[in-house]
Amino acid sequence: MNALEITNIKVNYHKQTVLENVSFHVPEGSLTGIVGPNGAGKSTLIKAVLELIPKHSGAVKVYEQSFRQQKHLIGYVPQRNEVDWDFPTNARDIVLMGRYRKIGFFKRAKKRDIEIADQCLDKVGMLDFATRQISQLSGGQQQRVFLARALAQDASIYFMDEPFSGVDAATEKAIIHLMKEWKNEGKTVLVVHHDLQTVEEYFDRVLLLNKVPIEYGETQTVFTMDNLERTYGGKISFLERATVLT
Amino acid sequence: MSDYFSIFLSSANFRWVITGSLLLGFACGMIGTFVLLKKQSLISDAMAHAALPGVGIGFLLFNEKNLPVLLLGATLTSLLGTYFIQLIIKHSKLDADAAIGVIISVFFGVGIVLLTFIQQHATGNHAGLKEFIFGQAASLVNRDVQLITVSAIVLVLITMVCFKEFKIAIFDPDFAKGLGIPVSFLNGVLMLLIVGIVVIGIQMVGVVLIAALLITPPLSARYWTDELPIMAGLSGVLGALSGVIGTWFSATIPNLPTGPMIVLVISAIFLISLLFGSKRGIMMKVVQPS
Repeated sequence: MNALEITNIKVNYHKQTVLENVSFHVPEGSLTGIVGPNGAGKSTLIKAVLELIPKHSGAVKVYEQSFRQQKHLIGYVPQRNEVDWDFPTNARDIVLMGRYRKIGFFKRAKKRDIEIADQCLDKVGMLDFATRQISQLSGGQQQRVFLARALAQDASIYFMDEPFSGVDAATEKAIIHLMKEWKNEGKTVLVVHHDLQTVEEYFDRVLLLNKVPIEYGETQTVFTMDNLERTYGGKISFLERATVLT
Repeated sequence: MSDYFSIFLSSANFRWVITGSLLLGFACGMIGTFVLLKKQSLISDAMAHAALPGVGIGFLLFNEKNLPVLLLGATLTSLLGTYFIQLIIKHSKLDADAAIGVIISVFFGVGIVLLTFIQQHATGNHAGLKEFIFGQAASLVNRDVQLITVSAIVLVLITMVCFKEFKIAIFDPDFAKGLGIPVSFLNGVLMLLIVGIVVIGIQMVGVVLIAALLITPPLSARYWTDELPIMAGLSGVLGALSGVIGTWFSATIPNLPTGPMIVLVISAIFLISLLFGSKRGIMMKVVQPS
C-alpha cells in the first residue's frame, strides 16, 4: 500500500521554477532518502508537500486521501538551524510541542503529556537534559530534542530535513535506530540527505533530485554512478566517487 | 510642592491614573515579550508613530476631543502604516528596516503637521492633543483611565489564552503549521494586540516612546530567566513598576511628560538587569564563565 502519492508537483519562487514534474509514490513502511546537489530543491520539495510553502501545481495524497484530511498522520523534523535556539525554553517544552494537537488548542499540557514527553526524551537519551535551556545543548543534542518531539507527535509518516547534518556519532546512531524502529512499526520515513557515502546503508529507496526527479526507486537499482553523474552534473567529487563505487 | 504632592495622593483621580499606568505597563511588558521574541521591535515602533496622524484626523472630523474617536483614528492609521510596510517590502527592493524607517518618518511627520494645524486653526477645545506625542498621565480623566484599564485587562487575557500557541508559532512556525496551528491568524492577533496596546497607551506614554515600554521590560526580564512563562510574567511586573514610578514622578512634578519619565525608569531597570541579571547578566559571566 502506498503511504504517499505525489503527482506532478511544481514550485515557483520569485517567478522562477525551482522544482517541476515531481511525481513519485512511497510504499508504507519504507525509508526513502531524497538526494541531490545543493539548490536541487530537496527541502523545497518536502515543504511543498507539507504545504509550508505554496506550490504552483500538483497533488499530494496520503493513504489515498487528500493531504489536508490526513494532516494528523504527518510528522516533521525541520532543519535544526531554522529555529532560534536562544528562545527562552527548555528541552521538555520543545518535546511537548509535538503533543499540541492532542493537548488541544488554547489548553494547557496535562501531567500525562509531560510523562509522554519525558519518555520520548528518554528514548533519544536526553532525559537528563529535560529542563536544560535549549541554547546550552550541543548541535547533536538539539537534533535529538527535535527527534523526541517527532516521537511525541506519534505520526505515521515522518519527513526529516537533513537530520544528520552537523551531529555527533551518538546522535547519528540515535537517528538510525529511530528510523529502523519506525520502519518496523510500519511507519514511513522520508529524509533529505546530503551524505552520499551512507545512502546505501540507511535507505531502501532513493529519490535523486535536481530541480526535476532524475531517478526514483529501490536503492540497489537507482543508486548507480551513472545516475549520480546525471544528478550532480559531473560535480561529484573524487572522494565521493571512490566511496560510492566501493 | 509637598502640598501639591499630598493633594494628588489623596485624590481619586490620581489613584485611578496610577492603576491605569500599572495595568498599561503590565500589558505592555507581557505583549512585548512576544514582540521581542518575534523580532518585531522596530515594527511596533512604526505602529506607534503611525498612530499620531489618526489622532489628528479623529479630532478634525468631529472638531472635539472625544477619546474613543481619537483612538479609533489612531488604530486605523497605525494599521495603515503597518500595511504600507508590508506592501513596500513585498513590491520593492527595500529591506524591512528601510521600509520601516520610511513609514515611521512619513506618518510621524504628517501627524506633527496635523497637530500643529489644529493648534493654530481649529476652533474646538484642542487642549491636550500635543500630549499624544510624549504622553501626559495627568491629563487623563476618569473615563479615559477606565477605558485604558478595561482594554489592558482584555489584551492581557487574550495574550494568556494564546500563550502556548504564540510560543510555538514564534519558535517554529513551520512545525506549528504542520500541526494545523493557524500561524497567520496568530500573527494577525499579535499585530492587533500591538496596535491595541499602543493605541490605549499613547495618551499616557506618547507615540514616540511607547515602543520602549513594549520592548525594554522583556529585554530586561530575559537577563533573569530562561523560561518563557516567567519571562512574560516578570516582564509584565517590570513594565507595571516602571509605569507606576514614571507616572508618579510625572504627575507630581508639573509639566514633566510621562513617557520620558517611564522610559528613564525602565532604562534603569534594564541597566541593572544587564549588569546583575542572574541568567545572562555581565557580572554572572564574570563570576562563572560558561
